[in-house]
Amino acid sequence: MPIEVPKDTWPGEVRSVTLGATVEQGGSRARTVTVGGEKTLPFMHFESEMPNAPVIAVEIKDRRPEDWSPLLLEAWGEAAENPAAWARAAEDQGCDLIQLTFHLTDAAGETTTPESAVSTVKSVLETTGLPLMVFGPGQAELDNELLVPVAEATKGERLVLGICEDKNYRTIVATAMANDHLVVARTPMDVNLAKQLNILISDMDFPLDRVLMDPTTGALGYGIEYGYSAMERLRLAALQGDNMTQLPMLVTPGFEAWKTKEAKVGEGVPESWGDWEERGINWETLTSITLLESGADIVVLRHPESIKRVKTAIEGLMAVPETA
Amino acid sequence: MALTGIQIYKLLPQTNCKECGFPTCLAFAMKLAAKQVELADCPYVSEDSQAQLAESAAPPIRLVALKSDGHESKAGNEVVLFRHEKTFYHMPGIFLRIMDTEAEADIKAKVSAADAYKVNYVGIDLSIDGFAVASVSGDAGKFSQAVSVVRKASQKPLVLMSRDPEIMKAGLESLSGETPLIYGADANNWEAMAILAKEQKCALGVIDTTLDGLADLTQKITDKGLEDLVVDPGGRDFSSGLTYNTQIRRLSLKKNFRPLGFPIIAFPGDVGDSGLESMLAAQAISKYAGFIVIDNFSPATVYPLLVLRQNIYTDPQKPIQVQPGLYEINAPKPEDPLLVTTNFSITYFSVANEVEGSGLPAWLLVTDAEGMSVLTAWAAGKFDAERIAKAVKEFNVADKISKKQVVLPGHVAVLSGELEEELPGWAIKVGPREAVDLPSYMKQVL
Repeated sequence: MPIEVPKDTWPGEVRSVTLGATVEQGGSRARTVTVGGEKTLPFMHFESEMPNAPVIAVEIKDRRPEDWSPLLLEAWGEAAENPAAWARAAEDQGCDLIQLTFHLTDAAGETTTPESAVSTVKSVLETTGLPLMVFGPGQAELDNELLVPVAEATKGERLVLGICEDKNYRTIVATAMANDHLVVARTPMDVNLAKQLNILISDMDFPLDRVLMDPTTGALGYGIEYGYSAMERLRLAALQGDNMTQLPMLVTPGFEAWKTKEAKVGEGVPESWGDWEERGINWETLTSITLLESGADIVVLRHPESIKRVKTAIEGLMAVPETA
Repeated sequence: MALTGIQIYKLLPQTNCKECGFPTCLAFAMKLAAKQVELADCPYVSEDSQAQLAESAAPPIRLVALKSDGHESKAGNEVVLFRHEKTFYHMPGIFLRIMDTEAEADIKAKVSAADAYKVNYVGIDLSIDGFAVASVSGDAGKFSQAVSVVRKASQKPLVLMSRDPEIMKAGLESLSGETPLIYGADANNWEAMAILAKEQKCALGVIDTTLDGLADLTQKITDKGLEDLVVDPGGRDFSSGLTYNTQIRRLSLKKNFRPLGFPIIAFPGDVGDSGLESMLAAQAISKYAGFIVIDNFSPATVYPLLVLRQNIYTDPQKPIQVQPGLYEINAPKPEDPLLVTTNFSITYFSVANEVEGSGLPAWLLVTDAEGMSVLTAWAAGKFDAERIAKAVKEFNVADKISKKQVVLPGHVAVLSGELEEELPGWAIKVGPREAVDLPSYMKQVL
C-alpha cells in the first residue's frame, strides 16, 4: 500500500549568511562558510534540499582560561597557552570556524587592552584560514572598547563580532557596518526578545544577511528544554514567513555544557554520574545534537572529542536517506 | 488527529434543534472538536455517526504498556509534533540489550548493576526501564536460559528479541505467563508471531524497512485481532531514523493514519560506537521514539540520557518548581549568610546541592519567580528588587537571621542598587554567576 507522507510547504526561508572573505573578496580567509538557507525543518530532506550543513566552531580564548574544566585544558595541552596555536590545533581537529573570546584581564590581572586584542586577532588570522568570530569578554564597555579597533584593523574580513545584546548593540553593529563584518545577536531564551533585537539591529539599516542569532539554550539538565522549544518556535516562525526570525542560529553547547557541575567537576560527585571525561563529553555532544535537531546552524564546541563526534552526527544527518 | 469541527458537523443531524445547549449544530461540532463537550449531549446523532466519531476519538498513537511485577513502561498517546504545542506525555522506555551469547555470569553482573542503577536529578530518582534479551546464538535453549538469568537479576519489563517463533516460544516459557514485548514480526514470520503474541497476550514488535511494508504488516496483524503493536521502520543512522520517526508521527497526528499509529522502537546501539550511540539515543528521545534499546550501559552515558528524557518531557506549561520560602541548609545559625535565588527547581537544586556539598551552613531564600531560572525570570520581570524584598518580609527573614546581608546571584548584579533602596539598612553582596562557584565564594568572601 503506497503511503502518502504529509509534506510541509513553507512560505518562508532562512537567510543565507556567509562568514569570512577570501583575498578576492577583500579578506584573507582560505575559504568562506555559508550557513542558513533552510526552506524546511532541520534535515527533512524529503521536503526540501538542505542547502548548507550546520557547522562546528571551536571556542578559543586569548590566554589559557584557568576557570575552564581541567579536562578541556588537558585535552588542548600546550595549544591553549597561545591563541594562534590553539586556532591551528582546532583547525586540525576538523572544525569549520574559530570563535575567539577575550578575557576581561590579561594573565597579570590588567584589563585587556585594545592593542593586545588587535594583535591577538591578527595572530589568529595569520595561523588559520578559517573564518573567525570574535567575542568580547561580556562587559558592555570593554566589549565596545576592544571590538571597535579589532573591526577596524580587520576591515573586509567578514568576521562575526559579538555579542550584541539589547543593552549593548549599537556600537558593535555600527563598527560591523563600517568595516564589512557580521554580528551575532544574543537574547535569553525567548522568541519575542530574539525578534525584538533583530528588529533593533535592522532599524540601524544593518543588512540582516550579516546577522546570526543566539537564542541562548541552557545545557542539558539546566533548562535545555526552554532553549530547545524557543529554537523550534523561532524556526517555525521563520518558515511561516516572519522576516525578523529568518536568521541562522548560533548556539554554544560547549560553553553551556562545560559550565555545568557534571562536566566541570570530577571529585566529590555521586558515583552514579560515572566516568568524568566521558560524562563531560556526553554532556556537550547530547546538548549539541538536541540543539541541531531544533535548528542550530552553528554549534560552538570546546572538547576535541566532541568535535569529532558532532561532526560525524552532522554528516549522518546531512546524508539524504533513500526514502527522501 | 481527531476530526475537525466541519468534519464532525457533517456527521451531525444538522437540524439546529438546540437541545444540546448550543444555538447550532456547527457550534456544537466545534465544541466537540475541542473536546469541551460529549457527543452524548446530542440526542439525535445516528448510530453510524456515533461509530465514526468514536473511531476518530481513539488516540492517534496507541498507548502500549509493557508491564512486569511492579513496573511499567508506557509509550504512545502523544498528540503533538512539537512539545511547545502542548507537551509530550509518555517518556520513552530505555532498555538495555543483553545477547544470549554472553556468559551467564556476565549477564547477571550487567543486569544487576543496571537494575540497581539510580541517579538523582532535581530531587527525582531516575533509572532505566527494563532489558531486552536478544537471541544471537540461534539456539532456543540458550535463549531461554539467558531470559531466565535476566529475569532472576531484575524484575523490570522485558523485550524478547528473535525472528524465530520457536526460539521466541522457548524464551516466553522462561517467563511463565508474563507479557514481555515480542520483537518481532517481519514479512516472513508474521503469522506465527501474531499467533504467539495473541496466545500470550503480549505486545508485538513489527519490523519492516519501508513505511509501506510496515503499514501492510500492521494491518494484516491487526486483522488477526492484535492491537498492542510497536513498530520498527529500520533507519539505524541519524538521517533515516529522524526521517522515519517524523514521517510516522506526522502520519499518525495529521492524517490519523491507523496502520502506523503505534509507538516506535529504536535501536541506537546498532551503530556500534558508544559515543555515537548516545547521540542517536538522544535523537530518539527528542524525536518521537517510544522505546529505546541501548547496548552500552555506562553511568556516564545513561545519566545524561535520563536527564535529557526528563527535560524534553517536562510540560512546558508547568515548569518544575519548588515552594518559595526560606530554606535551611546545613543547620544555619542566625549569623550565617543569606543567599537568594528563584523557585525554578533546577536553579534551586543547583544552588542547594552546592551549598550542601560545601558543608557550610546558610539560609537560602527562594522567591516566587513563577518557576523561571534567574536570568529568564530577571528578563521577564519576575525576579527583581521588589520581589526579593517582598520575599524577605513575607518569610520573616529578619527575625531569623542576625546579619542583615543578602547575597544576589551574579547574573543579576545589576539589581544591587535597587535592592539597597528596597531593603534599607541591608548590605547587598553579589555572588558568583554559577552555582558551582558558590562553595569557593562562600569560603573566600563570606
